[in-house]
Amino acid sequence: MIEIKNLHAKIEGKEILKGLNLKVNAGEVHAIMGPNGAGKSTLASILAGREEYEITEGEVTFEGSDLLELSTEERAHLGLFLAFQYPVEIPGVSNVNFLRTAINEIRDAKGEDPISAKDFMAMVREKSKIVELDSSLASRSVNEGFSGGEKKRNEIFQMAMLNPKLAVLDETDSGLDIDALRIVAKGVNTLKSANNATIVITHYQRLLDYIVPDFVHVLYDGRIVKTGNKELALKLEEKGYDWIKEETQVG
Amino acid sequence: MAQYTENELAKDLDKQDYKFGFVTDVETDKIPEGLNEDIIRLISSKKNEPSWLLEYRLKSFEIWKSMAEPNWAHVRYKKPDFQKIIYYAAPTQTKKYESWDDVDPEMKETMAKLGISLEEQKKLTGVAVDFVMDSVSVATSFKSKLKELGIIFCSFSEAVQEYPELVKEHMGTVVPNTDNFYAALNSAVFTDGSFCYIPKGVRCPMELSTYFRINAGGTGQFERTLVIADEGSYVSYLEGCTAPQRDENQLHAAVVELKAMNDAEIKYSTVQNWYPGDENGLGGIFNFVTKRGICETNAKISWTQVETGSAVTWKYPSCILKGDGSIGEFYSVAVTNNYQQADTGTKMIHLGKRTKSTIISKGISAGNSENSYRGLVQIQKNAHGARNFSQCDSLLMTDHCGAHTFPYIECKNPSAQIEHEATTSKIGEDQLFYCKQRGISEEKAISLIVNGYCKEVLNQLPMEFAVEAQKLLAISLEGSVG
Repeated sequence: MIEIKNLHAKIEGKEILKGLNLKVNAGEVHAIMGPNGAGKSTLASILAGREEYEITEGEVTFEGSDLLELSTEERAHLGLFLAFQYPVEIPGVSNVNFLRTAINEIRDAKGEDPISAKDFMAMVREKSKIVELDSSLASRSVNEGFSGGEKKRNEIFQMAMLNPKLAVLDETDSGLDIDALRIVAKGVNTLKSANNATIVITHYQRLLDYIVPDFVHVLYDGRIVKTGNKELALKLEEKGYDWIKEETQVG
Repeated sequence: MAQYTENELAKDLDKQDYKFGFVTDVETDKIPEGLNEDIIRLISSKKNEPSWLLEYRLKSFEIWKSMAEPNWAHVRYKKPDFQKIIYYAAPTQTKKYESWDDVDPEMKETMAKLGISLEEQKKLTGVAVDFVMDSVSVATSFKSKLKELGIIFCSFSEAVQEYPELVKEHMGTVVPNTDNFYAALNSAVFTDGSFCYIPKGVRCPMELSTYFRINAGGTGQFERTLVIADEGSYVSYLEGCTAPQRDENQLHAAVVELKAMNDAEIKYSTVQNWYPGDENGLGGIFNFVTKRGICETNAKISWTQVETGSAVTWKYPSCILKGDGSIGEFYSVAVTNNYQQADTGTKMIHLGKRTKSTIISKGISAGNSENSYRGLVQIQKNAHGARNFSQCDSLLMTDHCGAHTFPYIECKNPSAQIEHEATTSKIGEDQLFYCKQRGISEEKAISLIVNGYCKEVLNQLPMEFAVEAQKLLAISLEGSVG
């Protein structure tokens, strides 16, 4: 699905990623954890194609393409989806209009015809159930006046509508209460298949009670310094990150 | 409404240049350039006008000569040489067409390019179109249906011939010829325009619409529109403009007068897309327009405008809320790109008790353009319980454009409530990135965001106009984020 090799990146002269390696196969869920400032959100931003970051070294292959050569929208057309940590408000643009435009752009890129209004609305009804999204939210402006929980659920709703190959969830659990967390996790689990993959970026183990990862990676100081299974997440929850930092420094 | 139109935009987005920059080759009957009493007499006689109208023109000319061109607006331009303008041009084939088949094929083609083929409009929308090419109306439809209801909708010249007493009674009562420099000029030299009268208690069953188009090179256009809604009547009037590409500046100084009698309502919508000049600021239309309406008791006038064209715009559609309980509304989107300059807004003059006004202005500046909102809310001393709400938002697309807001408030009655909100924002990189991450191209993302920003105004437009307006916004702002 995606393979990241020796990725180095900096912003405003400061190196954030310092040789990151990660390989994700179809059907897998990977969790990336790490302390503040480790480079977790940077990784998400670079994968999605934020231009502020300068890639100094390394390569990323996504579905056989050189990801770093593609524009943000081309990456989306190939099936890369980022659930934003801070979803943006777009006043006056309804959620359904926004999604219909997005879906048709993606279809157009694949040489497909636009989706019919009927099929589209059926899809909205079906997918909004997955995240228990009130149908009124679908017709409201994109994220405008949404609560924190609604914004995150809307991200997962969009993900359901766009049906990506690789979804990167950037701190999707931040600011969620336990009910919202459960709904979001249920959505992600429902969408999981043998043909897609998910990268869950998170600070806390909590989300991983609901979205069970196949692999847990610890990102520290711009590199993945430890990889394990769900047990690793539990250990991090219990002992914090200090032991990782010590291990890394010793190593 | 909005959700099915963005996709259609894509096709139009392919064309980067001004879409309507073509010239129709129709023989034109011109009079010599320049302005003096003889020219005015010539215009009047060519139009076979009654003597009172000639006198009105000559008096207006005297007034105009005593006035100076205003320069308080936040715009800079080379002042037109009024002696270099041709004040009258009419297609030579002046006789009225019996049927649509008789219309010059080339003219039909022009209309097709504008997307306003009458055949299509007849079938699809039920819009009666009074098409003004240069200064004379050449096609009018749906007249008979309107006639049954007693509605008069015709060219101004025709109204002068057919309904002289109505014209004489109302013309110049909202915008007097002493009002301002351009209004005085228009009153002296106006060639044609539209006239509309809705009788008492009649609700006009269709949108009335006029398309203006400047054609003959170097011809100024001086349109005159008069809409009278008699007691308890309702009319929605649409005005849309496009012009061919020109290198020399062309002056347009129109006068629009609206009269809403007791309990009447007039909705006046404009989509304006005159040639704005090229990307270096060369050429383009000067649009100096005086638009004003008077509301009698419990009457309502609503102005909606989407302004994307013209090199220089100077325009303040206004309401005089004379009757108690009357309502004035102004919804505006003004887009400026490249070197365009717009100084536009409204005046709400509250005279009657419990009068209400709403102003929603959305300015969008791109390129090196300057976009100003200028508005006056005036509450006179008898306007007890008057209320106004104003919202003026500015959206900046680049770092080198300008947005300015000049709100004037004069309140002489302590019971009045006045609210004013203003915001300025730059189109968000974060918003664009969010759209792109979802697979939406930058151009389409801009159109989506801008249309969302203008939604409150676009929602006021009749359906088919709203679609056209959305397209115009997208075309006007192509490649403009920086």
